[in-house]
This record gives sequence, C-alpha cells and structure tokens, in this order.
Amino acid sequence: MTRADAAPDVVTAAARSTSVTATRPAGRGGRRRGAAWLWGVVGVAAVILLWEGYKLLAPEDGVIVADVRILPRTTDLAMPHVWDMVVRLAEPVTRQDGSPPLWTAVALAALTTLGIAAAGWLVGLVVGMALALVMQRWRLAEWGLLPWIILSQTVPLIAFAPIVRSWGSRIEIAGAQWQDWMSVAVIASYLAFFPIAVGALRGLQSPERLHAELFHTYSAGYWQTLWRLRLPAAVPYLLPALRLGAANAVVGAVVAEVSTGLQGGIGRLLIQFAGQASGDPAKAWGPIFGAVALGLIAAGSIALLGVILKNYRRGEVTA
Amino acid sequence: MSAPTPTTEAPTTTAAVSVTDVTKTFATAAGEVQALTAVDLTVAPGEFVSLIGPSGCGKSTLLRLIADLDTASSGRIEVFGKDPSRARRDQDYGIAFQQAGLLPWRTVAANIALPLEIHGIGAAERRARVTELTEMVGLTDFADRYPDQLSGGMQQRVAIARALAEQPRLLLLDEPFGALDEMTRERMQTELARIATETGAAVVFVTHSIPEAVFLSDRVVVMSPRPGRITAVVDVSFGATRRDEALREASVFFDSVTAVRAALHGETDGERAATREMR
Repeated sequence: MTRADAAPDVVTAAARSTSVTATRPAGRGGRRRGAAWLWGVVGVAAVILLWEGYKLLAPEDGVIVADVRILPRTTDLAMPHVWDMVVRLAEPVTRQDGSPPLWTAVALAALTTLGIAAAGWLVGLVVGMALALVMQRWRLAEWGLLPWIILSQTVPLIAFAPIVRSWGSRIEIAGAQWQDWMSVAVIASYLAFFPIAVGALRGLQSPERLHAELFHTYSAGYWQTLWRLRLPAAVPYLLPALRLGAANAVVGAVVAEVSTGLQGGIGRLLIQFAGQASGDPAKAWGPIFGAVALGLIAAGSIALLGVILKNYRRGEVTA
Repeated sequence: MSAPTPTTEAPTTTAAVSVTDVTKTFATAAGEVQALTAVDLTVAPGEFVSLIGPSGCGKSTLLRLIADLDTASSGRIEVFGKDPSRARRDQDYGIAFQQAGLLPWRTVAANIALPLEIHGIGAAERRARVTELTEMVGLTDFADRYPDQLSGGMQQRVAIARALAEQPRLLLLDEPFGALDEMTRERMQTELARIATETGAAVVFVTHSIPEAVFLSDRVVVMSPRPGRITAVVDVSFGATRRDEALREASVFFDSVTAVRAALHGETDGERAATREMR
C-alpha cells in the first residue's frame, strides 16, 4: 500500500523538474503501477512457498524445544496444502445432494457482510464529517468534543455487541422493526467514524492562513469557504481516513456478526466452518479467503475514490 | 494584446487610498509593539505607489490595514472614500502576496475564475473574463495547467490575473516578486508596469528592492522601523519615458535609485544593521 502511495509523488516531481512545457510522462506511471502489482504477486507467492516449504521440511509433530511446541504441526489436519484449500472452494459445501459449491456460499456471505459494513461505513462517514464540521466551526466544540471522541474508542463496543442487539430489539421506528443486521452496522459505524472524524478535522483545518485571508478579501461566507476551500483541501487527509474507516467497518462488522450471532455473514461462516475443521480442514480456509477479499474490496473502493478525486490530491505534491 | 479594460471612470477627485494619522499597535507577550505611528498617505486613482523599507517598518502592516485584513488602532483609512471593510465587500481592490497562494486542485483558468465564482458571475461571462486575463498575463497556452506544473513566475502571473478578475481600480501587492529569481523578477516588473497602464488601476506595492520600486512607481514611500513610520516620499515619475528595459539603463533611473537609497539611509545614519543590508 505504501509503495503504491509513494509512486505518484515521484512521478509528478519528475514531471515538474523536466520542464513546464513537457507533458506528464504517462508511461512511467503505468510501469510503476505494473511493478506494484508484480510485487503484490511476488508477496503472495512467497507466503505460499513459505507455507508449503515448512510443511515439506519441518517434522510432522512441529518443532519442540524443551517440551514447548514453538512451531506448529505440519499434518494435513493442522496445515492443509494450499491447493487443497483452493480445490475445496470448488467442491460442494456439504455432502448432501444439490449442495452449492463452497465458493458461492463464501461469496454470498462476504457480500452480505460487505453490505452491512458499507452501511456502517456510510453512517460513520456522516457522523464523522458532522463532528469534524462542528469542531472546525467552533473551537470550543473541538475542546469539548475531541477528548470524548478519543475516549469513545477505548470502550470495546464489540464486547457489548449482545447488549447493543438487545437495545436495538426494543427500538421500533415508524412501524419498522429494528433488524439484527442494523446492530452490526451500528457497531461497524462506531469503529469507522473515529478515523474519519479525526482525519476530516485535520483536513478542514489544513488551509493556510494565506488562503483563508484570500477568501476573506473575497468576502466569501462560511459555506463558500467550506465548499471551495476547506472541503477540497481536506481530500488528501480524508482519503487515508476513509480507508482506515473502511477497514475498521469490515473488521467491526465481521467481529460483531460473531458476537451477536448474526446469520448469513462471513463472521458466522468463519466460526461455523472452523468448528468443522477437524473433519474438513481445508473448508475453514474458505471464509478466511472471503474475509481477505472483503478487506481488499473495501480498500480498493477507496483507492478508486482516490483516482476520481486525484486533482484534489495535487496539494500533496506542491506542499 | 487585448484592448485595455475600460476601468477608468469619469475623473474623480476621490483618492484611491487615503490614510490619515494611522497608528497600529500589536499586543505581544513582551508588551505592546508600535507597528505604525502617525502614518499619512494618499494614493491618487491610477497612481503607482511603492512602500519600501527594512523588515519591521510596517509596510506590510499598512497594506493589510488598507485591505481590511487588520484594523487600525487609531486614525482613519479610506479606500475610494469608503471604510476599508465596505471597500473589501464591494471588491474595490484586488490583492496578491509573496506566495502565489493558488488552489492546487484548480487549473490556471479555474484559479483566476475563483473570485468571479464566489461572487456568482455567470459561466459565460466568467469564461470571457478568464480568456481576457490569461491573455493579459501571457498564459493563454497554460489555462488548463495545474499550479504544480507552473514555474514560480507563472504562478505569480496567475495570482496577479486573479487579483484583476473583478476589474478593481486598486491593486494591493505585497512583495509579489519577492520569491523570484532576478531575471524572472525583471521580466515580471516590465509586465506589471504594462498591466498597470492597461488597466489604469492604482497600485500599492510593497517591496524590499530599491530598483524594483524605482522602476515601477510614480512615488516611492520610504519607511523606517521602531516605530514604523514614513520618513520620506520620493517622486520618481519619469514623465513620458516608457517603463521598459531601456529605462533600466537610463541615467534618470539611476538618479532615482540614488535618491531612494539616500532617503532610506539618511535618517538611520548607519546605526542599524538591517538598513545596511539593503545596500
């Protein structure tokens, strides 16, 4: 991730140093992106090699020093082959007739969790932005609110997930019953709003005094200044915050699913298949791959947002 | 070159800037600091006036008071006969600083259009005005570039074009060429002299450089620090002489440089290192 983030800076700096009239060297950006992908593939291959190499070379019973096992057993039960895990994805979930392949069950569960996490992320975005705007507008609000916002993250809401669920079950808004997935989304949003609030506040406060004074000479009001100066200037701060928020929302949703016992998501599937690992060790890896894919999709969506907003990130280069 | 923008209205007797007995004190941890003492200054419409003096003489402070970025502790400031804050709200002046202060996410054209957008000018009129301004500062081919793709001199051109967007009758420039190299600086001075003539706007120009002040100005206002005050006003109007590269070699130019230098050093009598550095 850091490698990919650093690359554009280098490219633009090079483009600047050549000459003002020179066009941006388009080929180099593409090559760097290709290199980033290549290193990603190399990284995955290295993990697979390490896994299989250890399984091949280490003793069956693991490495034991002074009666303590410091490295795991290498049996197929403890460490299934990578290819077994992949093959298992294509096989049916259970031995019953008409059972769908494992990957479809995993994909369905991952999509369910993704939806809940996205809802949580959106709520976190709205709450985080609202808090940041209030804190930017009134210095007093920043002094009053910021300690509480930081304190809020020391409360392990995930531990209280069952309580959140029981609170929720008593809520009924305009005849609509509170759904269990909503409790999970609330917990996800609780983890997501924090980095967004802090990042957005820093971003909204980032414009230099020079720019603020310039807008003052234009007699621009609060909303004009917000829309044309503070929000655009906040984008470079907001993007990493949104990415952190997305990662937090996914983790929050998965753990909250486990903790509230919500059916249908990847969290539930993780627990369920882990329980069957003694008989079907490769199966437990299905939802793990699903969870990894989920995190990648969440981070990738924000990266896409970064590409759309790339002109607002020029401030990172000029500084 | 585009036709000069007809900003010069019927000849008025109202001064562009009128400063009367202005004092400014700043409260600091060490006590009150007198930034300006008993400053009197009048800038006529269309006149180019430079404020020159060592660091801490209050020249930037004076400019900020005129721009309503700060308020005077006592005395009276009028911009076209109005209170500075009224003049600011009426967009009677355009301003540019030592740093160009462009918005990095906006193209050259969008940066110039910024004040027009804020004041709700229609898209068609905005486009026409931006075309005119980019041409005036010689950046027509760079209208779609972003600030990080421009040199320092080009960024400063954009800042000046932006300051001219609302067709102000007064330009306030706070060391706009202070961060540029000498060659770019001289080229920008020639351009600014032309632009000032074309637009007919009055200019208040803060600078550290004697040749720069002499080359550009009708009058050079010499200031001195602790407390900040005006110590001399040197008339440097060259009559019909055009402000171009030839002027830099002319003897009238050097005579004026000498006069301003004498005014700068006269009252300090070599007692302050700050002034000696200006030599």
